Amino acid sequence: MSDTQKFPIKKVNIICAKGAIEDVYAALVLANGAVMEGIETNMFFTFFGLDAIIKTRMDKLHTSVVGNPALRLPGGMRMPTLLGVIPGMEAMTSGMMLSQMEKLDVPPVSEFLDLITAGGGKIYACHLAVQMFKLKKEDLSDHVLGILTVGEFYGIAGGEGSQIIFT
Amino acid sequence: MAQKTYAGVTVDVTEEGYFTNPSQWTKEIGAEIAKEEGITLTDQHYAIIDFLRKRHLGGEALSIRSINHSGIIDVKTFYQLFPGAPLKKATKIGGIPKPASCV
Repeated sequence: MSDTQKFPIKKVNIICAKGAIEDVYAALVLANGAVMEGIETNMFFTFFGLDAIIKTRMDKLHTSVVGNPALRLPGGMRMPTLLGVIPGMEAMTSGMMLSQMEKLDVPPVSEFLDLITAGGGKIYACHLAVQMFKLKKEDLSDHVLGILTVGEFYGIAGGEGSQIIFT
Repeated sequence: MAQKTYAGVTVDVTEEGYFTNPSQWTKEIGAEIAKEEGITLTDQHYAIIDFLRKRHLGGEALSIRSINHSGIIDVKTFYQLFPGAPLKKATKIGGIPKPASCV
């Protein structure tokens, strides 16, 4: 038996600390993929990552069009940073990214969280970040199971074969 | 490539036990694979397997999200019917290749 079979990943604890489309989706895809494999899954949203679990913002995420050297125009040319400052450019680029993902059956954030929680994945918000942004429990999506301090997060993250992933 | 015998029929499978030729599958074979996975198939199991097989044979990619559009069960029930890794288990039991989708 190989090492990967002998020591499988049994649990993942995924921290999402940034709120751009690509940051949030990286965390969601990892989490949903883990749930689909039967791996116990916790998600911990903190700082700007909280946007992904704020009811009014979760399905309206944007991506940054300035300071992103990997961003390309359709056709493959680099997107000049100066173009990014044109009003509407960020919304348009974000819309294009989301529609591209929709074509690959990648759902909007709220539906993605539905899928993750349907499979038993658990969603948490960071206590300090919630205080910092002056949020209340009601501001957060119903998927959120609780608001945890960092100590409480480490408390639920333990176990043999458990991993903490920071996206 | 490996071969396995279910319900008296020899079928072609991958090392992981997924069918390479979905036409070799029958309901009886499905029931035997399910038994290996610790699942007793009900009409609901067969209905969703039928949905997945039709989708696969129609050339569409399988995803966990597509279950919600099946009109048969929701994703939560899917996780209950095939505990653990439902899409992998359902495709294995249903005699179709392992889904290559990340969602």
